[in-house]
Amino acid sequence: MILDDFFWRAVIAGMGVAILAGPLGCFVIWRRMSYLGDTMAHSALLGVALGIFLEVDLIFGVFVVAIAVAMILFIFQRQKQLANDAVLGTLSHASLAMGVLAISLMSWVRVDLMGYLFGDILAVDMTDLYWIYGGGLLIMLIFLWLWRPLLAITFDSELAQAEGVPVIRVQLIFMLLIAAVIALSMKIIGILLVTSLLIIPVSAARRFSRTPEQMALGGALIGMASVGLGLWASLQIDTPSGPSIVIAAVLFFFAANLFPLRKFQ
Amino acid sequence: MTIIGPNGAGKTTLFRVLLGVIPPNTGSIYKKPNLRIGYLPQKITVDPILPLSVNRMMNLTGNFSNRQIENVLDETGVLSLKNKPVYQLSGGEFQRVMLARTLLINPELLVLDEPVQGVDYMGESELYKLIGNLRNKHGCGVLMVSHDLHVVMASTDRVLCLNRHVCCEGEPEDVSQHPEYLRLFGLDSGSALAVYSHHHDHTHQLSGTLREDSQ
Repeated sequence: MILDDFFWRAVIAGMGVAILAGPLGCFVIWRRMSYLGDTMAHSALLGVALGIFLEVDLIFGVFVVAIAVAMILFIFQRQKQLANDAVLGTLSHASLAMGVLAISLMSWVRVDLMGYLFGDILAVDMTDLYWIYGGGLLIMLIFLWLWRPLLAITFDSELAQAEGVPVIRVQLIFMLLIAAVIALSMKIIGILLVTSLLIIPVSAARRFSRTPEQMALGGALIGMASVGLGLWASLQIDTPSGPSIVIAAVLFFFAANLFPLRKFQ
Repeated sequence: MTIIGPNGAGKTTLFRVLLGVIPPNTGSIYKKPNLRIGYLPQKITVDPILPLSVNRMMNLTGNFSNRQIENVLDETGVLSLKNKPVYQLSGGEFQRVMLARTLLINPELLVLDEPVQGVDYMGESELYKLIGNLRNKHGCGVLMVSHDLHVVMASTDRVLCLNRHVCCEGEPEDVSQHPEYLRLFGLDSGSALAVYSHHHDHTHQLSGTLREDSQ
């Protein structure tokens, strides 16, 4: 069966997260949250450590820690003393350092650090596929329901609030969804590169998009193509899966920018 | 009614409280239940990264028909911009589109926070004229923050001057002729402009009344 093959498992898993990354990634760049995504992703190693320590599924561990980091950020953003990027930078590196320390302290387990940091197609098992497609479906449904209020908040959060959008609740749910997507994509793309799947395909799609929805769909398609091309290259020339997918996405990004723009203003 | 006052006076804060964006620290708000408010916030910047057309932007939180959208765009004279990306609009075009957007709900009250900002001098007076016309046509109230004192004096019914407290309030004509107010605020002349562009050569007591010895 096709799913017995590690390569196809990785492809199917990668396609799943690429589809999710399209619509979510749009809002990440529209709302200028790419560094926030990065910070949450960097905390993932701590989540891996937590998962190993508690002997629960690693995706669950990563999800929990990413949410915790998002909540800490949310609280920090309410104080105005430190600029956002300083808070994000602090938290990002603190959580990455804690993750590495925690894993090295657990001397009884052998952890493939490179695999977690940069992705490993060998690592995708059937459980991951269940997580990605089960969880992914749930994420997609929630996101469909969130799409319009999020778009209104992106345009202007104060106007949205005055017009009855529950701004804070929508923002919190959005953060949960990002945390979930990061947790789901970690194994294939790797912790250090996971936000690139959120950012690069939609940036490439911007060139061809006249509506927000086109950009989300285009981002999903380019993301899927990147996953396909990247994993194929990864198999052929035996490179880590994450960087291969990212390079494929970057190629699409440059190709998109070479395209004449006239029609798509 | 127009609200005037220096930067940081609390004009926008007052709007946010009125619109229910933030709760009041003290005091309470009285408004008609289900009052339809059309709100134009202070400054909205739209990034080119967001592919959003004017047409689409009109329906961000509502669900209006193509006809309704065309009607309101026509009313503010920007129907031709319907399919343009929002980020390509000039300051004046954007404000007109946003003004059209406030009309979609058939508002009973327009709340406009500096509606002419980013608009050139010629466009300013046209925009004020448009706001006046819309008010007459729709019969809605207009609550607006403005820095253009000459416009304020010429075309508003009531003026509220804020500076971290209510400085003064009243009808512009009465205000400009009233000896009490002249004594309070008028410095060199009785002209409408001078009345409200008062310098703070006086201090208020906590209640807002003038301290006699401060002039």
